[in-house]
Amino acid sequence: MSDHAVFILSAYLAGLVILGGLTIASLSARNRARRDLAARGLERPRDQRAKAI
Amino acid sequence: MADLHFLANPARFRRFSQRVMPSLSFATVLALLVGLYFALVQSPPDYQQGETVRIMFVHVPSAWLSMAGYALLAVLGAALLVWRHPLAALMARAAAPVGACFALVCLVSGSLWGRPMWGTYWVWDARLTSMLLLFFLYLGHIALSRAYDDPERGDRAAAILALVGAINLPIIKFSVDWWNTLHQPASVMKLGGPSIHPAILTPLLWMAVSFLLLFILLVLMRTETEIDRRRLEIAEQGA
Repeated sequence: MSDHAVFILSAYLAGLVILGGLTIASLSARNRARRDLAARGLERPRDQRAKAI
Repeated sequence: MADLHFLANPARFRRFSQRVMPSLSFATVLALLVGLYFALVQSPPDYQQGETVRIMFVHVPSAWLSMAGYALLAVLGAALLVWRHPLAALMARAAAPVGACFALVCLVSGSLWGRPMWGTYWVWDARLTSMLLLFFLYLGHIALSRAYDDPERGDRAAAILALVGAINLPIIKFSVDWWNTLHQPASVMKLGGPSIHPAILTPLLWMAVSFLLLFILLVLMRTETEIDRRRLEIAEQGA
């Protein structure tokens, strides 16, 4: 990828780190909120929901 | 329009989001894989930029999404201030960090493209400066919406910022036409159609589709989380 490979790979790495990090943070925040809701009895956990269906 | 109104109810929105999330996740991963294949393997080097054109496949879609994200914030801000839409504030809280991340990817990748092409990582050019301002507007929106003990006051203040800051969007778009900038003029979204060769345009559009799907996925997921958090707050206040 020529002598500019370091710039090209860094750009893709930056995209991966920023957007991948945001995706992981969003997923963990959603799971935490669901757990907190389930702990308060406001929502059934996912595995129990599947059994109910 | 009737379908969109149906989603105005947070509980219905949450059910809709949970239903579409698996297929949307699958489509996002698939589009990303196809996009990356075209961007890194299939596309030829550009006759002027050489291999560095591959940075454009990340830079341009993230620029589009960061601007579209701010336009969404402005629409949600108007919906909150005018109609006191129950979902608008929650979705704006969810969308602002997503837009900020796309703006950051645009700035970093553009900087990494600028070093080999222009000989510098940064110039205080109208396009680059207005894009940096967009990133700061996102940060301001995030900070303002969380700055008050009363979340409703924070959401209203952030909505006003979103509406005022929307003036920056046409400035970003037309900065390359209004001022003599180092940044090249528009080559895809312009009158008369794109002036890019299909071999370069194809990976660009694939990456744009995959980034758009990722944007929608993240906003839906984070809005769902905001709804859950609000339910928890209400439950804590009632306890």
